[in-house]
Formats: sequence, structure tokens, C-alpha cells
Amino acid sequence: MSITDTDAIVIGGGLHGTSTAMHLALKGMRPIVIEKNSVGRHASGVNAGGVRQLLRDPAEIPLSMAAMDRWLDLESLLGRYAAMCEFVGHIGQVAVAETEADMRKLEARAAEIRALGWNHEELVDRQELRRLLPAVADHCIGGLVSRRDGQATPYLTSQAFRLRAIELGVRFVEGVRVTGLEHGTRWRVLTTDSIFTSEILINCGGAWAWQTASLVGETLPRGYFAATMMVTGRMPSFVDPVVIGTGRQLSFKQTSTGTVVIGGGILGIADLTKETADPVAERMRVSAETCSILFPIMRRATIVRAWAGLEARMPDQIPVIGPSQTAPNMWHAFGFSGHGFQLSTIVGSLLADLIVDGRSPLPLDAFRPSRFSEAISGVG
Amino acid sequence: MFRRSHTPSAGVVIYVDGKPVHAAAEESVAAAMLVAGFTSFRASAVSAAPRAPHCMIGNCFECLVEINGQPDRQACLTIVSDGMHVRRQAEEPGP
Amino acid sequence: MSNEHHDLAIVGAGPAGMAAAVTAAELGLDTVVLDEQQAPGGQIYRNIEALERGGHIEKLGDDYRRGAELAGALRASTATYCPGSVVWQTSPDGRIGLTGPDGARMVHARRILLATGAMERPVPIPGWTLPGVMGVGAAQTLFKASDIVPNVPVVIAGSGPLIYLVALQLARAGCTIAALLVTTPASRIASALKELPRALLAGRNLLKGVGWVQEVRRLGIPLANGVSGLRIDGKDRAEGISYEADGSRHRLAAGLVLLHEGVIPDNQLSLSTRCQQIWDAAQLCWRPATDEWGATSEERIAIAGDGAGILGALAAENLGRLAALDTAFRLDCIDQAERDRRARPERAALARHKRIRPLLDRLFQPAAESLLPTDPDTIICRCEEVTVAQMREAVHLGGEDPNRAKIFTRCGMGPCQGRMCGPTVASLIAHETGRTMAAVGTYRIRVPVRPIPLMTLAGLIGEEEGLPPGESTL
Ligand SMILES: Cc1cc2nc3c(=O)[nH]c(=O)nc-3n(C[C@H](O)[C@H](O)[C@H](O)COP(=O)(O)OP(=O)(O)OC[C@H]3O[C@@H](n4cnc5c(N)ncnc54)[C@H](O)[C@@H]3O)c2cc1C
Ligand SMILES: Cc1cc2nc3c(=O)[nH]c(=O)nc-3n(C[C@H](O)[C@H](O)[C@H](O)COP(=O)(O)OP(=O)(O)OC[C@H]3O[C@@H](n4cnc5c(N)ncnc54)[C@H](O)[C@@H]3O)c2cc1C
Ligand code: FES
Repeated sequence: MSITDTDAIVIGGGLHGTSTAMHLALKGMRPIVIEKNSVGRHASGVNAGGVRQLLRDPAEIPLSMAAMDRWLDLESLLGRYAAMCEFVGHIGQVAVAETEADMRKLEARAAEIRALGWNHEELVDRQELRRLLPAVADHCIGGLVSRRDGQATPYLTSQAFRLRAIELGVRFVEGVRVTGLEHGTRWRVLTTDSIFTSEILINCGGAWAWQTASLVGETLPRGYFAATMMVTGRMPSFVDPVVIGTGRQLSFKQTSTGTVVIGGGILGIADLTKETADPVAERMRVSAETCSILFPIMRRATIVRAWAGLEARMPDQIPVIGPSQTAPNMWHAFGFSGHGFQLSTIVGSLLADLIVDGRSPLPLDAFRPSRFSEAISGVG
Repeated sequence: MFRRSHTPSAGVVIYVDGKPVHAAAEESVAAAMLVAGFTSFRASAVSAAPRAPHCMIGNCFECLVEINGQPDRQACLTIVSDGMHVRRQAEEPGP
Repeated sequence: MSNEHHDLAIVGAGPAGMAAAVTAAELGLDTVVLDEQQAPGGQIYRNIEALERGGHIEKLGDDYRRGAELAGALRASTATYCPGSVVWQTSPDGRIGLTGPDGARMVHARRILLATGAMERPVPIPGWTLPGVMGVGAAQTLFKASDIVPNVPVVIAGSGPLIYLVALQLARAGCTIAALLVTTPASRIASALKELPRALLAGRNLLKGVGWVQEVRRLGIPLANGVSGLRIDGKDRAEGISYEADGSRHRLAAGLVLLHEGVIPDNQLSLSTRCQQIWDAAQLCWRPATDEWGATSEERIAIAGDGAGILGALAAENLGRLAALDTAFRLDCIDQAERDRRARPERAALARHKRIRPLLDRLFQPAAESLLPTDPDTIICRCEEVTVAQMREAVHLGGEDPNRAKIFTRCGMGPCQGRMCGPTVASLIAHETGRTMAAVGTYRIRVPVRPIPLMTLAGLIGEEEGLPPGESTL
């Protein structure tokens, strides 16, 4: 069996693995990304494409702000592949309040992050809501907006990252699964194809990342879910911002072609072993209804496709980013819990800094992998 | 482009872009429109070129029309009913 | 409210579905038949009950009487027949989503039989998107369903038995067939003759085909063999068709052009249910992998009829019955010995119907240029208007598999979900990358396989029952 040696191996060709490899290459390394299916085949290629700062966990806000700066300057990151992402910024993301209770919730949220020194989430009244969303239903009374937010096309974004990484010297090995990990003086990565060795190992395995962790005896949360999306046929343009519900689950946006993408917490059927996620019509029904209530024009919409994607979800809904607790020279970055697309422009960069320079310019402490075992021992 | 071989025994009236069209009971909207002389059913999504039924069995989606306010219905799979309102998508001039 | 449950749900009431339903019901299975048409018959026997009632079957030909018998047997059986029911989802766990006359609902079945039949192979030639260009089967469908026929001179172009049959049916109905342009190359005829001895055993079927060609000649329908380079012209609708024959280019005025290069399995539901597919090198199409009972790689899903590979309407009946027998066995209605005993005559008949296939497959192999269009401006994706040149460019950007190429170009992303461009895209990729069709693969097909209005979905009837939660917090 042939052996390939390099300095860094990334397990997982999603956006976070690809971005990490790309940033390591920028620091002079020659990473290899090993992907069991194809680049962008899972969460990174099938998500809703919402580039959202709105309603983030406070721990994620510094990362999300920095990520947004990079989205708004994609060319510096992706060079000639930047346009491929079909990113549009400054369209805003709006959480819509339908009731007074919804409005109270949003007000409390705005106050909470203002107290932390952030002011990108802005309360809007009925009139401003209508200016932002002319097609919104009459009963909606206000909302919370983050004005810089935008959207991009997920699969194309994954491909743009891949092409840029290749340009920087990253090698992708697709259709090959990592099946075993051994550490002597260096990492020995066993796969379904051949053996790879390296100094450094990074686990960006998305919903399967906990399996990779367990190969080195590390126990990390195994949570995952199947998120479902539906898309309509082309419709006349009626909404620019990305919209989310407050009292009801919904995420909703219109693409440049006129199709409307609907998601936001509809669960499919997840099968981690078969690596499949199937939409469930019985669960899509509610989202269909919600859309028609928030935007009456949607009563004319036709659903042409639905799909679901597998995504890792941590108990505290924020990712794991940091060094392994059991193995040397191994790092994790996964568990983005349904909102890692927006963070894909920053996490790989911070991780590369952490690996090569020993420190990250932004605080990552909240994401340390050890937090779960601390919590357990804390209870005892 | 098409004619009926025989006059249907029972009929209904549907409205295509507001114009009354006589149709045989139980036939598809596409059949009724073709025999009434409509050559274009919709404008294509990208170049707005005229399109008309191609397969008649539900596979090509060239027959998409608005039926009773609902856009993107397959005219070849939808059966006429008396008083049905059909609109060609992206307003083409009448036949 | 509790959900609707059945032992067997059959999608499609063509010969395969009707035969399967009758057998399954006879063996005591609670059977439901879901079909989008208004009456049983499928593509071949469309509207057959009304045609029989009106005494019109002879307009089509005597072979169609069989359809009326099958429809009668279905009506007389205990199977529940649901017309006007469009199935947009079949799940490996036996759940079926459909839109019927009363809206959308879910049906649960212990086993699902897909009997969705065939569709005409797309023929992507210059001008094929113009109004006035239809499938040969499309014109025949209008004729069968509504007794509607062309009132302008018709040009029929392509290959396959159906072009002769439909030319005759339309001519007998008083239509003018301006020309029958046959794309089968002369060389093909010689190589097909090798299959003749075996095909002769098919007797009647073969003679029937030869009879059609003779009748076309007798009726004086202008016939050109070995044509190539088909190209339809016209501004807002078809005005003419040009082609090469005998070393020179010809043009005919034509207001209605009917194209046909054979039929291929309608495998959208089996693809969306992830049933394993294989590339059939003889029929040049993808089809689901099935065993001798129609069972697929998915435990609860079986497939019968042309949807599992093109064998024709008579074989479809046998295949339908075999799948029903196997279902009855799996659901403990009959034992293995009885299944096998009852299967014997079906297998014998099937073997007879299969004899003519190698000849037909070889003789009527679609013209190379309709499988792999070369003109750069030809539209391959009718919905999103993607051309040959755009697809080639996408392949070189890394779109080496149909799913990637789709996202680079939007090819296959429109409402037809790749039904019309899937085969072409795969062959273009195979050609550009020097790989086999089997290696290139197919589009992943998503539900709903037919669009569903948002408000119809919002009114879906069916409760979540025994479904896995969709998330795990372990
Ligand atoms: C339907 C849906 C909608 C979403 N909408 C949004 C949104 O609007 N905005 C937003 O910010 N986020 C959204 N998200 C979340 C976002 O998509 C994810 O957080 C992000 O893509 C995660 O990237 P990743 O690289 O961690 O994981 P993935 O993209 O899943 O990549 C992990 C990769 O690792 C590979 N892998 C795993 N184990 C192995 C192994 N042993 N060997 C080889 N390869 C392996 C997998 O095959 C996979 O390709 C959504 C997610 C889903 C599913
Ligand atoms: C347009 C056309 C015309 C043809 N005419 C002839 C002919 O005249 N003579 C001949 O020998 N062969 C003909 N064929 C070939 C012929 O289809 C088959 O040999 C025969 O009909 C196959 O029988 P089947 O039972 O497998 O499928 P079919 O007869 O095709 O029956 C399938 C049934 O399933 C239904 N269906 C499919 N998908 C769905 C869905 N998602 N939801 C609900 N219902 C669904 C269809 O409407 C149809 O009623 C024709 C083929 C086509 C495409
Ligand atoms: S004519 Fe092809 S789908 Fe209706």
C-alpha cells in the first residue's frame, strides 16, 4: 500500500475543512484534504446559504463579525473565484415579530447584546418592517434586523473554496474515507484507499466528526440532525432580505433567479450510517403554512424540490474549535449546529493561526472541546 | 395545428386569458388549448421564448400555465372543469 | 386521525400496474392503485375504456383490446383504484405522498410497486424547443385521449416501432403525413439481421412490425431512410425541418414535427427513493437494478413494467404479476412453492416476449447525434435553457459529475428536474472526460418528483407515525 507524506491532513471536505486547508497553505504548508464523498456534498453544499449575524450566540458574535468583513471582501480570500459564490451582502436579515410576545422577545435580545457592546441588531417598527419587507403580512408588527447580512449559493461557494485552495497548493483526495488513526512520532492516517502521514491532523468531519474523535479515544458530543429545505419555482421578485420567524420556525429568502428557499428547523430523517437525510412531507406542511401566513403572496408558490442535509449539533448549539484533549497535534472544528455557513470565512483562518502561531487573534475559549467533559465532572 | 375527429358529446367552457374556449368534458387543459389554436402556452424562464406542450404525459413541463390563480400547473395532466380560468404564463398575445 | 394503510401500493395503472393489482387482490392483499390519469390504461392503453364504450378501438388497432380486458379486470378486483392521483414521493419506509382530487395525502404501504412505465427519449436537436415540435407519443396521446389529430401536414422523424405505428394511426384518421424521416442508419439494419433468427421465434410480433412498414409504403407516405443532421427552423414556432440524406441536404416545410427515438424507463421515483440504477448498454438508458421478481436494492420497493427496462406492454403484464406474487410471498399470503408455481406460466410468456428485444434494441438504437448533440448552440436543458457549449464549459470547470454540472449551469434545476436533459448531460460529460456512462452516473432526484403547490402541501393529510425523530442528541 502506498504512503503519502505531508505536513497537514484535514479530514472532511466541507467548507470548514477546505477553508482550514486553504489558510494553512497560505502559511506555507501543503495540506491534503481527505473527503469520503465529494467536496461540498454534505452540509456545506446543501444549506440555505444564509450569511447571518442576526441572533447569534454571544460567544459567536466576534467570529461572526470578522466573518462578515471577509464575506464583504471575498476577493481577498478567494481571488478570481470570489464571484462564483453569488454572494450578496447588505440585504439584511430580519426576524419578524407577529405578536407582542414576539416583539418583547426581540427587545430583550437587542438589550442583551447591546449590554455586551454590540449594536448590529436593530429593532424596527411596523413602518420600517414594511419598508424592508413590502410583501409581509398585515398582522406583523415589527422585527429585529442585522443590516449587513446577506446570502450566497452554498454549493458554488464550496466549489469556489475548493478551486482557490487548489490554486494555493492544497490537494484534495475525494471518495476516500479515513478509517483509522495512529500516532507515533507523526500521524498515520489509514483510509479506504492508502496511507497518509503528517505532522498535524485536523478533524472537520461535520456530522461524522465525533467518529473521528473516537478513533483517538476522545469522547465528544454525537449530536446531529437532518435539516430540510424546500425551494419554489421562479416567482416575481418580492423580498430582498433573508427572513426568519420569531414565534414560529422559519427561514425564508428569494434568490436572484426568483426561486424562494424555505427552511428553518424542519427536520428530515437522518441516517448517519447510510449518510442520507430525507425530507418528511408531514413535517414540511407546517413550514408551508407558516410561509403563506407571513407572506400572503406565497399562497401562489409551487414547491419544486425539497432536500435535507446532515449537520452536527452540539448540546450548547455552538461549535467545537480547538485542540484534541487526548491526542497531540490534532485539532477539531465541527459542530456548527446549523449556522456554520456564515462562519466559514473565518474559522479556518483562526484555526490555522492557532496551529501555526500558537494563538488565535479572536477568543476561542467558549468553543474548547474540553467544555463538555468539564461540565460532566462539574455535576459530580 | 390540431382538429377534433368528431364533435364531443358533452362539453364545458373554460376561459383562457379571459377568452371562452369550448372543451370536451374530461379532457386535459392542454388538449383543449391546442385544439383551440393556442400555439404558445408560456414564455421560457430565461429567454422568454414561446413554448408549448412537447410530451403530453407530464415529463417536459412545457405546458405550465396558471390555473384558477395557481401558477405552474401542468396543463397536460389537469382536466378541464366548467368555468376554469387559465392564464398563459408571461402574457403572450392571443392566438 | 389515523393514517391510511395498505399491504401493497402500486404507482401506475398501465399494463404492469393493472395486472399486478388484479393478482395481488386475488391473493388477498389489501391493494391500492395510484395513477395520475383519469382512467386505467397507462400510456399504451390510455383512455381505453371510453374508446371501447364508443366502439373506437379499431382506430388504434386490434392489439389495444387487451387494454380494455385489463381495465375491466382491475375494476372488477377488490383493489382500490385511485385515478387523478399524482405521486410525488415514495419513501424507502413505505410512505407515499400524493395529490389526489381532494388534495394531498400520505399513504402507508408494507410494500410499494412502481409501475410508472416509460417516457419518450428526449431528442435534443436544433429547434426542438419550438412550439409545434412534439413527441410522436405526445401526438398519439392527444389522439387516444381526446380524438384530436393534426390538421396540418406532419413530419415524423426518428426511429423505433412507434413511428410507423403512429404514422399509420394518424394517416388512417385522415391526417397528411408529409414525410417519415427515419434516422436508423443502413449499417444498423445489417447488424440487426444477426438477431433475426432469434427474433423470428417471436413470430407474430415481428411480422406485425414488418406489416407496418409495408402499410406505410402502400399508403404512399413519403419515407426517407438513413437521414441525419435533423434541424428544425422557425421563429416563434416550427416552420420547417432540414436533414441530410443520400449525401445532400433537404428541407421540408412543416408546421408540426413529431420526434421519436424510442422510449426509456421513467425512473424518477426509483431514483428519488435511491434504488440502485444500472446503465443498460443495449438500450442506452439508465434503469433500476431489479431481480427476477422486480425487487430492488430497497427492501420495500419493487418495480415492474417498462419502468424497470423497456420490454413492451405484454411483458409488462407478466412482470406486474411476478412482482405481485413475490409481494404476496413476502407478506405471508402464499408460500414460496406456490409463488414459484404460479410464476411459471408468467416466466414462459415473458421469455417469448423477450425474444424480439435484441433485434429491436439493435435495430432501433437511437441515432448517435440525438444521444450526443454536437451543435454548440443546441439547448439541452429546456427549462433553464442551457446549451451544449455551456455544458462543455462547466465540465471543464470541474462539473465532471451530473450533480456538479447541474449547480454550475442550473441544467436540470428547473421544474422537470432533469427528465429532459439527464441522459444528454451524462453523455456529454462522458464524452468530454473520456469516461463511461456508468462511471459518470445520474442526477440525484429530489422529492417532490412533480411540483406541489405550497397551499396543497399546507393542507397535507397524514400524521407522523413511527418516524425516526430526525435528530439525535446522543
Ligand atoms: C439544510 C441546512 C441549512 C443550513 N442553513 C444555514 C444557513 O442558512 N446559514 C448558515 O450559516 N449555516 C447553515 N447551515 C449550517 C452549515 O451548512 C454548516 O454549519 C456548515 O456547512 C458545516 O460545515 P462543515 O465543513 O463543518 O461540515 P460538512 O459540510 O458536513 O463537511 C464535513 C465533511 O467531512 C466529511 N467526512 C466526515 N467524516 C469523514 C471521514 N472519516 N473521512 C473522510 N471524510 C469525512 C464528510 O463527508 C463531509 O463532507 C445549514 C445546514 C443545513 C444542513
Ligand atoms: C406516450 C407513449 C405512448 C406509447 N404508446 C404505445 C403504443 O401505442 N403501443 C405500444 O406498444 N407501446 C406504446 N408505448 C410504450 C408503452 O409505454 C409501454 O410498452 C407500456 O405502456 C408499458 O406499460 P407499463 O405498465 O410499464 O407503463 P405505462 O403504460 O406507461 O403506465 C404507467 C402509468 O403510471 C402513471 N404514472 C407515472 N408516474 C406517475 C406518478 N408519479 N404518479 C401517478 N401516476 C404515475 C402513468 O400516467 C401511467 O398511467 C408508449 C409509450 C409512451 C411514453
Ligand atoms: S406537455 Fe410535457 S409536461 Fe405537459
